[in-house]
Amino acid sequence: MGKITGAQMLIKCLKEEGVEVIFGFPGGVVIPIYDAIFDSDIRHILVRHEQGAVHAADGYARATGKVGVCLATSGPGATNLITGIANAYMDSVPVVAITGQVATDLIGTDAFQEADITGITAPITKHNYLIQDIKDLPVIIKEAFHIASTGRPGPVLIDIPVDISKGMIEDNIKVELKLEGYKPTYIGNPRQILSAARGIYESKKPVIFAGGGIVSSGASDILTEFAHTLNIPVITTLIGKGAFSDADELSVGMAGMHGTKPANLSFTGTDMIIAVGVRFDDRVTGKLSEFAKNSLVIHIDIDPAEIGKNVKVDIPIVGDAKSVLTDLLGRYKELVEKKGEPDRKEWLDYVMALKKQCAFKPGNEPESLKPGYIIRKIWEATGGDAIICTEVGQNQMWAAQYFKCLKPRTFISSGGLGTMGFGLPAAIGAKVGCPGKTVIDIAGDGSIQMNSQELATAVLNKIPVKIMILNNGYLGLVRQWQELFWDKRYSHTDIVDSVDFVKLIEAYGGVGFRVTKKSEVESTIKKALEIDNVVMVDFRIEREENVYPMVPAGYPIDQMIECE
Amino acid sequence: MSGNHIISVLVENKSGVLAKISGLFSRRGFNIESLAVGPTEDEKISRITIVVNAEIHSLEQVVKQLYKLINVIKIQELDPSNIVERELVLIKVNADNSTRAEILEIVDIFRANIVDVAKKSLSIEITGNSRKIQGIEELLQPYGILELVRTGKIALSRGSKK
Repeated sequence: MGKITGAQMLIKCLKEEGVEVIFGFPGGVVIPIYDAIFDSDIRHILVRHEQGAVHAADGYARATGKVGVCLATSGPGATNLITGIANAYMDSVPVVAITGQVATDLIGTDAFQEADITGITAPITKHNYLIQDIKDLPVIIKEAFHIASTGRPGPVLIDIPVDISKGMIEDNIKVELKLEGYKPTYIGNPRQILSAARGIYESKKPVIFAGGGIVSSGASDILTEFAHTLNIPVITTLIGKGAFSDADELSVGMAGMHGTKPANLSFTGTDMIIAVGVRFDDRVTGKLSEFAKNSLVIHIDIDPAEIGKNVKVDIPIVGDAKSVLTDLLGRYKELVEKKGEPDRKEWLDYVMALKKQCAFKPGNEPESLKPGYIIRKIWEATGGDAIICTEVGQNQMWAAQYFKCLKPRTFISSGGLGTMGFGLPAAIGAKVGCPGKTVIDIAGDGSIQMNSQELATAVLNKIPVKIMILNNGYLGLVRQWQELFWDKRYSHTDIVDSVDFVKLIEAYGGVGFRVTKKSEVESTIKKALEIDNVVMVDFRIEREENVYPMVPAGYPIDQMIECE
Repeated sequence: MSGNHIISVLVENKSGVLAKISGLFSRRGFNIESLAVGPTEDEKISRITIVVNAEIHSLEQVVKQLYKLINVIKIQELDPSNIVERELVLIKVNADNSTRAEILEIVDIFRANIVDVAKKSLSIEITGNSRKIQGIEELLQPYGILELVRTGKIALSRGSKK
């Protein structure tokens, strides 16, 4: 054995962790790392802005379930990752962000391109490291990947000073994982699980509330079996979309500020919420004091800090969703065997009637270009078998409302942080992770301009994502709030004709289409999906279309504003 | 109901850990009354004793959020009725020929120590629980306290259980 550089050891360790692709952008203090990458067979995708790198790593992780990796230089390179790291933190996505840092003896001297990135990202990472001794490098990489991908997933940052990446280290260091302070609980407490099974059995109007934890845990199948065994409605969150098939008859969709009426009224009418892998975010609960007032709550989550944080919990169960649901289903089935099938027909009929009442009824549609129509046509053209990424705002809400996701890891959207500009780089990451799948970014004309520079990344690396812009010439969701609550005072939300999107995508070497008539929608979508290149479609939708239903901020979720 | 709670946090003795803990408290809006930190019988582990002013429900969240930090190993919520609690305080008090003798009497009664003498002042070192500290402070106030510095509470639970 001999000695290799820190940079070479880094690449070696990344390969050992199964890393196949890195999204990154070079700079002074990461040249040693880039030099090691030059000799490596790890795929590196050069972005055009570091924010694109971290969102791509995020989209890659959400689509594949593997840890996404991004690489940036010190100073501005590192600080450009901050939004993306915070985004991954809020939605619990496993990302490892590697940043270069100035030499160890320069740290703290305000050196060129120096930033205290470990200090800055402390509140928005699951954990972070500044490597101070080259001998720690292998164990830190191992720890970082372990922490990012286990328990409740989250971003981990590793800051590597340039003298460490240039330094020499023994090639054959053995590493052992020893994290005294990190021992997530995976198996749920059997007594609690039995209590929960009994509670569910006794309840008359139970509802399942499933979120991102189901996706992270790979618990989609057991959740479906659980739901059908109990035969009760299932509400999903934005991040949990696809965890339970939207096409399943028991699905009532998303609840909350822009949730469906059946979902919101299920929360109001239920006497038992079986919450799995959710965090009772304020977009879902509305006014907390009114939320599920008459209901008991069973909360199953791998993060004990979420249980009881926002909503009082009657039966807490800390554990992995798949493991707990499996045990819970077992206990429940035993109860049914002993005491017979409980009768919930009235509750189920009530919810299903609501669902039918609010369902989309074809025929009698307007001739103007509506976003719901476009998204439904995208669904039809793909058979629902596509990965949908969204930007943030009205485009995101319409995508969530109208696209029926059938499987987990097919809806990639910035929920917790709500980052405009997330969709395009995330779509790039998702497509790199799942090259055989159709990947579509549903965007708004505002959001798409935030990271449009990544169109270059997509075209040059032959990553044929499809961008469908729901163009209304506004920062739509803010305009909607200004219309409903601020007397239509559209302060700085009009962005009509800011750019010719067709010319823009062509400038990058992709293909562009503009759709102004309803009759052109289906054929343009079909063409876009068939072309083996990045395609951007500029759909000129009705300008002042609003997202309904809507629960104004701070209101109880049964008080929805609906479209006539 | 709000009150002061003492939590004893065992953490890995690594750089940046204290910053992460105080950062957590500030961004979650938890109120630190005092904080004392030092190594334990195991040099790889430090103990941070924090006095937190919070309601019971918030305290539960404080503890749960602290456990999320990778470097935090164990947290004990100390029951005030079952602990040995101490704080060290240095007090510089106004003292001249006319008042020095009285002050020395007070120091003696509290079993405190004089650690510095000057023409116009005396510096006193005292160790004890909060009642004792409060007591001597109140008695010295009338003479004029020039400077005061406290270490923050440290505490161990009684008995042989850790």
